[in-house]
Amino acid sequence: MKPLIVSPAPHAHSGDSVRKNMLLVIAALLPAYAVSLVAFGWGALITTLISVAACVCTEWVVAKYILKEKPTLGDCSAVLTGLLLAFNLPSNLPWWIVIIGAVVAIGVGKMTFGGLGQNPFNPALVGRVFLLISFPVQMTTWPQPQGFAGGYTDAVTGATPLSYLKNVLKGQGDMAASLPDLKDALLGMTGGSLGEVCALALIAGGIFLICMRVITWHIPVSILATVAVCAALTGWCGILPADMCTGQYVAYTLLTGGLMLGAFFMATDYVTSPMTGWGKIIFGIGIGLIVMVIRTWGAYPEGMSFAILIMNACVPLLNRIRPRRFGEKVRAAATDKK
Amino acid sequence: MKTFRIGGVHPHDNKIYSAHQPIRECPLPDKAIIPLVQHIGAPAQAVVEKGQKVKVGELIAKAGGFVSANIHSPVSGTVTKIDVTSDAWGMKMPAIFIDVEGDEWLESIDRSTDVIRECSLEPKEIINCIQEAGIVGLGGACFPTHVKLMPPPGKKAEVLIVNGVECEPYLTCDHQLMLEHGEEIMTGIQILMRALGIQKAVIGIEKNKPDAIARMKELASRTLGVEVQPLRLKYPQGGEKQLIDACIRRQVPSGALPIEVGAVVDNVATIYAVYEAVQKHKPLISRVMTVTGKSVEKPGNYSVRFGTPLTQVVAEAGGVPEDTGKIIGGGPMMGRAMNNIDMPANKRVSGLLFLPEAESRRTEPENCIRCGKCVDACPMGLEPYLLSKQAEKKMWDEMEQHDVMDCIDCGCCLFTCPSHRPLLDYIRMGKATVGGIIRARAAKK
Repeated sequence: MKPLIVSPAPHAHSGDSVRKNMLLVIAALLPAYAVSLVAFGWGALITTLISVAACVCTEWVVAKYILKEKPTLGDCSAVLTGLLLAFNLPSNLPWWIVIIGAVVAIGVGKMTFGGLGQNPFNPALVGRVFLLISFPVQMTTWPQPQGFAGGYTDAVTGATPLSYLKNVLKGQGDMAASLPDLKDALLGMTGGSLGEVCALALIAGGIFLICMRVITWHIPVSILATVAVCAALTGWCGILPADMCTGQYVAYTLLTGGLMLGAFFMATDYVTSPMTGWGKIIFGIGIGLIVMVIRTWGAYPEGMSFAILIMNACVPLLNRIRPRRFGEKVRAAATDKK
Repeated sequence: MKTFRIGGVHPHDNKIYSAHQPIRECPLPDKAIIPLVQHIGAPAQAVVEKGQKVKVGELIAKAGGFVSANIHSPVSGTVTKIDVTSDAWGMKMPAIFIDVEGDEWLESIDRSTDVIRECSLEPKEIINCIQEAGIVGLGGACFPTHVKLMPPPGKKAEVLIVNGVECEPYLTCDHQLMLEHGEEIMTGIQILMRALGIQKAVIGIEKNKPDAIARMKELASRTLGVEVQPLRLKYPQGGEKQLIDACIRRQVPSGALPIEVGAVVDNVATIYAVYEAVQKHKPLISRVMTVTGKSVEKPGNYSVRFGTPLTQVVAEAGGVPEDTGKIIGGGPMMGRAMNNIDMPANKRVSGLLFLPEAESRRTEPENCIRCGKCVDACPMGLEPYLLSKQAEKKMWDEMEQHDVMDCIDCGCCLFTCPSHRPLLDYIRMGKATVGGIIRARAAKK
């Protein structure tokens, strides 16, 4: 008989792998990507390709030459970060700014901490916020959806639904009439970053991920519920103009901006989100609250990136929340008796 | 459908290879080796000497204390020596070596196969009978059964929970036992209820065994106080604590035994042995084992006398397959990979699984991606990623505070980890160390 292998139990595995999870998330993003190609044409295509390529190259170079480790590109996490970074950018962003963003996202946001699994902040958001602060003008001019007919960097730009909503809250009430149709917000024919526009595709992708057990329901549901409740409260407080009802405001708040992308794909990033159910719920509530504070009273029309990054910082604290131990109720009762 | 409330995973059950294979008797060996440690507790002490002739069922080793078990000769023949033997994991232990001659049984043993349903013994007599017969838990833990039937003062048993779950993939011996000897098992359940002085028993069976559920339901309908609880397919449903949680919705507290919540749990094979001991005066001298695997020629369920070299059992099943990379004693989740199959069959090994080489190796681990799937999977509500890291960093106090001693070694964490990290290996190491620290602390007091 040949020599036997005597590794310890268990001798079976579910077959799950890091690559499988990354590929499933990429697959869940494809419907939104398809819509972004239809809406933003060349810009969407070029920005995404450059972002993914730059992220992969950065990871390879840093791993091989700076960290002097074996690069782990096979797990596809760099590809996913590249895709998510692109989804957060306006499609007319000059290619060299995209590259800078990718280098910061992977190089600073991920590799400085030691590679996959070690970073405290979402790498794609680190890249995005860096670009927002360094190139404020280019990062806040949003192309209108014109498909491949519009150019790349010379695409026609205009205000996004969120900027209209901001004006609504500031009391410039006649803007309410110029908000796009809710149907357009759902289907993606509005201005915005290239991945955030089609709420329907993002919701579908998110539900797909929950069904495939890649992510759990806790973070998306707690974010969206908190935002909906805050939006409803804003409406009932009476600061909305006369021609917009609370229901409309809640709908626009949920369907426009980076909320859906953030709730299903950015906040749920494994590495930077809590490990337990209650931790995730508090994480989601925190994000929801911060996003609504920024959207309502802050200077920026969109607060999702900042909200997620701030809550990322709280994750080590949230990880101190323990899961329910087996026999916990009995244990608590026993110590009470003592 | 009921199930336990925290964690769990879903491995492929792979029972198809040996399911519904009728139990076949394995032929007697030429030489039998009977180890004196086949149970939890003190080793048994030999009561025979070299040259002595023994019959099947004769007592050859006496229990070494209360938490220990008698050992009886599974064969008839002459004792050649009492010497040290190694098991398949290199552990050395004393054993009795017997040259087999014929198949002569003790006259007191009833060898007929008709089912005797009435039992009029007193509870103390029943427990005594079980203790004399050397019966231990045959689900893999080998805990002496009579100890379970004598709750410490202050604790009272309320319900008997029968473990017909067999949650380990590949194994089918308990399933087959329920199909072929359901009546005997039902009688055994009644005997145990009488011994414990209780009126309620619940038989837990996973839903991938619909015929066993139907058969036991049919028998339970004629038996007062016994009900069958079909359970959702989820590993580790057969774990004692998880089974109690699923069947009677009570969770055994940390560090306590099932009797704390009024439950006594016994495996169906153990209960069958109880029936044979009480009704047929037959001590524990054999058990049913599953020999299985994708490439095994004749996978199935084999009734094996203890002391039979496993090589002989495997030969019955067609021999070791060519492509074998790993041989596991037990199931793939908690069974232990064996160095060889020269060791004898004993009370502990419930199955032999032959894994092809392609499936035998661990995958290279990657970084922890903090996905939290191990936390979701752990049936005891622990945090495997954290405990594993703490063990790596030798943070023993922190491990104790994070309840590492609650770990039941089920392997759900490693099974589900996408990075293939050796979580349970580190946790086991931590448990051993922390256990030692706790014992030392208690000894000092």
